Amino acid sequence: MSDTPKDFDGRRWHDMGGQPAGPVKPAEHDFALWEKRVDALQVLMSSKGYFTVDGLRRALEDMGEDAYEKYSYYERWIAAVNQNLIEAGLYTLEELGAKMGEVKTRGGTYGDASA
Amino acid sequence: METPVHKAPFHKVRVKTMMPPGHIRTPAYLRGKVGVIERPLGEFGNPELLAYGHQGPKKPLYRVRFTMAEVWGPGAETPTDTLDAEIFEHWLEPVE
Amino acid sequence: MPHDHHDHDHFHHDGMSPSGHPYRADNDTPLTYWQTMEIAVREILIEKGITTPEEIARQIDEMDARSPANGAAVVARAWVDPAFKTRLLDDASAASAEMGFDIGGLRLIAVENTDEVHNMIVCTLCSCYPRNLLGLPPDWYKTRAYRSRAVKEPRKVLEEFGVTIPDQVKIRVHDSTADMRYIVLPARPAGTGSMGEAELARLVTRDSMIGTGLPKTP
Repeated sequence: MSDTPKDFDGRRWHDMGGQPAGPVKPAEHDFALWEKRVDALQVLMSSKGYFTVDGLRRALEDMGEDAYEKYSYYERWIAAVNQNLIEAGLYTLEELGAKMGEVKTRGGTYGDASA
Repeated sequence: METPVHKAPFHKVRVKTMMPPGHIRTPAYLRGKVGVIERPLGEFGNPELLAYGHQGPKKPLYRVRFTMAEVWGPGAETPTDTLDAEIFEHWLEPVE
Repeated sequence: MPHDHHDHDHFHHDGMSPSGHPYRADNDTPLTYWQTMEIAVREILIEKGITTPEEIARQIDEMDARSPANGAAVVARAWVDPAFKTRLLDDASAASAEMGFDIGGLRLIAVENTDEVHNMIVCTLCSCYPRNLLGLPPDWYKTRAYRSRAVKEPRKVLEEFGVTIPDQVKIRVHDSTADMRYIVLPARPAGTGSMGEAELARLVTRDSMIGTGLPKTP
């Protein structure tokens, strides 16, 4: 991260082995329903052949370091799943945008909106 | 299909130093490092193609064992500790 | 540090969910952009007949059924049955399937801790984990700190987990870089000679199968 553009050797941000980092904090949480659904969508759509685990990882890597620091694991995963499904041509951004707009009108919480 | 570098375990290999961009499963910290093949793992889809929606031929994959001294040099935490990683054949070159 | 990593005071606590994590609040926080996207993607896929609500629910149930208890049962079997242990070290996927665990396409390698070697698992490039046997990985496994440091200073990282490995024991770190996943077969604790398989399995912690912990002692 402290690399200047001149020092850049091609190592990408996700390739973390051996980089300096702080202590390992034993953090964990149980997964929320929406996170489990993201996980399930990833497994189902890749097992149906719409993308590969490498396609998912590629999208996660291409989101960049800022996204890794800013968003949670399954937030990045749904973005990567969506990216791959769009690339697979399963639906269009227009369809997605319209559906997301409709979902938002249902209520202010995940419970209300995911009826 | 390329012929495998080594079918038998415990042959010396060096990880290629090239640094192309993109989805690659060879960690940067192992580039240029010399290890021994712990075991061949069989042939697997090439992540560098699969990531972009292509198939291509499968590639031989090996588990390669490195010493911490080789990977981290004089600053290694415990030089004789070891590290195993799975490396595709097209990232390995034989060391005589 | 990603913001979803809720710190907890202790590590191996009771009151864990079936997937081996503390419970957390679920559906009653304000709807986020990403949650909206999840709902929308799921509903579009259902409307187009690509998946069904039942298929998604079944997949979630399957993942919930996978937990460290599965791995613990495999480890305990290996502790009491030398022939099974041989098969496990030869082909951990087949040995796990033999015990009835549905591990899908998981290609599992078991690595054995002995008096000479302590094994430890990491994925420096992302967060590869034997999820089809042990369930989803703990948050710390996916952090920058663990992914960066486990390959360079494993002994220091182990100290942070409260595990001290004697100098004469070699550490062998496994970076899950490609198609294999790893499970540590921890050494059977002393003083467990009279214990049966089920009792032994309760000594096997998740972290002892990642290599960042040791089994409990009786």
